[in-house]
Amino acid sequence: MAIPASRPNLNWRERAFLPAIVSGLFITWRHFVRYIFGRTKVTIQYPEQTRDADLPDYYRGTPALVKDEQGRIRCVACQLCEFICPPRAIKILPGEIPTDDRFAKVEKYPEEFDIDMIRCIYCGMCEEVCPEQAIFLRKDYVVTGFTREEMVHRKDKLLEIGGVMHGVVLKWNDKK
Amino acid sequence: MPNETTSPPQSVNVQIDGVWHQFPKGTRVIEACEQAGKYVPRYCYHKKLSSPGNCRMCLIEMGMPKMGPDRKPELGGDGKPTINWMPRPQICCAQDVSEGMGVRTTSPLVEECRRGVMEFLLINHPLDCPICDQAGECRLQEFSVEYGNQGSRFLENKVKKPKNVELGPRVTLDDERCILCSRCIRFCQEIAHDDVLGFIDRGSHTVLTAHPGKRLENNYSLNTVDICPVGALTSTDFRFKMRVWFLKETKSFCTSCATGCNTLIGSREDVIHRQTPRENNDVNSSWMCDYGRLKFKYVDSDRRLLEPRVLQNDKLTATDWKRAIANVALQLKHFGGWNIAIIASGRMTNEEMWLTSRIAKSLGTQWIDIVPHRGPGDDILLSEDRNPNTNGAKLLGLTSEPGAMIPKMVEAIKSGSLRALVVLCENPLELGLTADELRNLPAFITMSISQNESTDLSTAVLPSSAFAEKRGSMINGDGRLQRLNRAVRPPGNARDDWEILRDLLQALTDSNGVYTIDDVFRQMSEAIPQLAGLSLTKVGDLGLQLVNIDESPAPPRAPKEDDIELAEAKRPPGR
Amino acid sequence: MYSWLILSSLAKIVGILFVVILPMVSYTVYAERRVSAFIQDRPGPNRVGPAGLLQPIADVVKLLIKEDFTPAGVNTFYYWLAPCLAMMPSIITIAVVPFGSTLFDVPMVIADVNIGILWVFAIGSLGVYGIVIGGWASNSKYPFLGGVRSSSQMISYELSLGLAVIPIFMLVGKLRLTDVVRYQIDHGWFIAPFIGDWANPVKWLLAIPMLISFFVFMVAMFAETNRLPFDLPEAEQELAGGYHTEYSSMKFALFFLGEYTAMIAGSAVMVTLFLGGWHFPGIPDGSHGWIFGLTNIVVFFAKVTALLFFFIWVRWTLPRFRYDQLMRLGWLFFFELALVNIFLVAGILACFHV
Repeated sequence: MAIPASRPNLNWRERAFLPAIVSGLFITWRHFVRYIFGRTKVTIQYPEQTRDADLPDYYRGTPALVKDEQGRIRCVACQLCEFICPPRAIKILPGEIPTDDRFAKVEKYPEEFDIDMIRCIYCGMCEEVCPEQAIFLRKDYVVTGFTREEMVHRKDKLLEIGGVMHGVVLKWNDKK
Repeated sequence: MPNETTSPPQSVNVQIDGVWHQFPKGTRVIEACEQAGKYVPRYCYHKKLSSPGNCRMCLIEMGMPKMGPDRKPELGGDGKPTINWMPRPQICCAQDVSEGMGVRTTSPLVEECRRGVMEFLLINHPLDCPICDQAGECRLQEFSVEYGNQGSRFLENKVKKPKNVELGPRVTLDDERCILCSRCIRFCQEIAHDDVLGFIDRGSHTVLTAHPGKRLENNYSLNTVDICPVGALTSTDFRFKMRVWFLKETKSFCTSCATGCNTLIGSREDVIHRQTPRENNDVNSSWMCDYGRLKFKYVDSDRRLLEPRVLQNDKLTATDWKRAIANVALQLKHFGGWNIAIIASGRMTNEEMWLTSRIAKSLGTQWIDIVPHRGPGDDILLSEDRNPNTNGAKLLGLTSEPGAMIPKMVEAIKSGSLRALVVLCENPLELGLTADELRNLPAFITMSISQNESTDLSTAVLPSSAFAEKRGSMINGDGRLQRLNRAVRPPGNARDDWEILRDLLQALTDSNGVYTIDDVFRQMSEAIPQLAGLSLTKVGDLGLQLVNIDESPAPPRAPKEDDIELAEAKRPPGR
Repeated sequence: MYSWLILSSLAKIVGILFVVILPMVSYTVYAERRVSAFIQDRPGPNRVGPAGLLQPIADVVKLLIKEDFTPAGVNTFYYWLAPCLAMMPSIITIAVVPFGSTLFDVPMVIADVNIGILWVFAIGSLGVYGIVIGGWASNSKYPFLGGVRSSSQMISYELSLGLAVIPIFMLVGKLRLTDVVRYQIDHGWFIAPFIGDWANPVKWLLAIPMLISFFVFMVAMFAETNRLPFDLPEAEQELAGGYHTEYSSMKFALFFLGEYTAMIAGSAVMVTLFLGGWHFPGIPDGSHGWIFGLTNIVVFFAKVTALLFFFIWVRWTLPRFRYDQLMRLGWLFFFELALVNIFLVAGILACFHV
């Protein structure tokens, strides 16, 4: 369906555009002069100055896997994060926990857990969807590497970044 | 709206949620509700099984027409019977419709009942959806969202039951997740005729178990996994492999025997993870056998052929398709028709068989047959004929009796009168030929999906596609035309069989005008009266029953003794 | 005599091209980035060298060592030819522009031909070939659209460009650019009649059509150099970069630098035609000593730099025109304006017998 667009009726002065162009030039000139004389200061010089100290709690840095106080990898390889991940950065290979293991009750664990940090967009959907409180976005944001391979965070790396999370719900206890 | 006097004798009037409908006599109320667009949640009821009525999820309000003193229904203001509603809710899975019956599926009482039943079911159910294979297709999850409470009021400890129990070689049981619907027990009794499952203990401690000393190991055991509404019964093969929401489900059918059970192939990123039966009441009802269901592993095998190979300097060397086809055509053009034999397969689709018969015609050979495969069958689904498309081979004139010509071919190869052998999707070493005899053939062309001893001896190997990697049609043992759909792509440089045969035909005859598989089917439907007017699209998801399937065209004449001498005489010198 | 002419010409070519123009091109790029940054309240490139002054060198090194990628299916000959064609015409144009008076009695113009302005238009309009060929040879839809847009845009605005300078030559009577400068020294800059004989009212009257000419010429020059608000051939948002989408490494750099060279050449022509060339009130020409000769050159390039700044300033102020607006503006406004302007000047000249 065609929707007629309403256009403003311009008078001759507005239609000439010149006054608008001139006033536009003055605006940019004002910014130019103000910056030259140091009266505007909105940027910081990144590697020397950082805002690490003022990062808010909800800051979304690199996603990482966490262990709980019992030392258990909290992820049970439900693959919901793999499903929700908009750029498909996450790849999980599920595995079965052997019956003689300390956490045999959990049955399932991620044998491989890769996050391709070239693809990751730091949206935080994985953290939001995780039913096990196993993946969190940490405050690290400097992710660099020389090869694509280096930019894929494997399970070990993710656990290293994540560390131990205190105060999460311990769901897989005997009560369940 | 017809009243009872005008309605046909076989149907009854039922009021569902205030609207009058007509149903045939003998319809279950739960089915009637579903047909009327009012889905009633259920756990124990399955339309292919008996109704024990033990889950109580399908409770509804029911009423019967109010009878006047003259034993006739009293009519209300709208001319319809007035309904006397029963004070207590009823289960609708164990009751047939009757004249003037009233049903309410959304009343407050019904909703209250469902909430209550859900709460009871969830009391002891573990919260392990993240590791449960059923998650995503779990009735408990779905109905909990639709009809259940938001949270649990249960404060006690949940009942502990055995987990990870091996019920049989292919089925693993998690007793904690079981909601005691007994579908699996009834399936084993009524469909599989192998009554090994049952409940023991009482109340909350009831567990499902196999009869002492027995296991759930019949050939239909994995159907219990399909019908289990929760994650209690899981397939040991599929367990923890892939979450179901990743699976792309492709409608196909099983090619392990002549029955052709309709299936859904669950695949993700070109890997098949499982096969489940698809309802087709003309073929397999809702079931399929474990043998066929698990027979997809070879599709992803390490032995798959990835590149076309031709013999160069006594070594099979990888090449591209153009060169490979040209090479094969050149090899075959060296021989007269009586020197060439084609061993086709009953596992090929109709389209491939059609192209094969055209190739045979263009080569002028009569030496063509398919290899019979037989195995023990049963009275349920599994057929003794393990070729999925024997009927297609007969219809398209590849053979009149599968395997009848094979011994003569073998003999002719041994005697040296057959000089070129084309083997499509079969292994000639299983037919009594030795490796030396195959090695001595000047031309031995194999089309195969995976590498075996005979492909290593070939002069050219053409890698083709497995059943889940191609589109095409087959005719099952009952003469039903069914359609395969592509679920995954063939690996490496392997191609669709029909494309290989099409290119080969083109290289041999320099013309064909076939660009898509639909073109092949069109040619076929023009030539074969039984297929007239059909197309692959018209076959549909559930297949088509063909008529006059036995009136196949004249099969190739079996070569006589003097033919072999004739072949020898016609053989070009030096070969 | 001839050897002296050849030697001095060679020295002028090398000097003006490698000492002035090419560094100026790379520093215009730098200025563009810095000025745009300041306008947007940020510092811009400030890391390489003091205040980021070595950034152009870093850019060149980067561009040189980048992979020179040739996409499949391109017409290789034209694909290679296009970047050269984009850069060359602008450089050649500068040959006829007097960038100073005299230095050691050598006239500071590489080729003082008597068809100066014709040369400028003839060569300058070749610039479009680089873009059109580049867009066509890339065998890709966006560059192709960029090339098509560029060609029609150039045709449309070249008309106004040519018509806008006719009043000047009606006054001067010669096409040689040194004569244009000489006339302005004697009679005052065309757009600033107060320089020279400021008491003459006819001069003031003539300033009106001259200002119109200047305005039309400047706008047409924006369009000719594909600068905002007329950068439709390389509109990043619509065409992913336009005609140079498929180019990389140094070939891309040639397109990029070609645009800036064209800007410099255009500014130089504009300075010569309207802003008095190398002349500045109170500064005598080079015949009074080499120091004045040098000063004239500095004045000329100072004027060019000021115009370049204006180019950059406008770019970071205005949004892009729509294509139909661009065409309407060119054909229905500037073309008529320049045409009327010619009659206006002719009328003034006839009435006052200047």
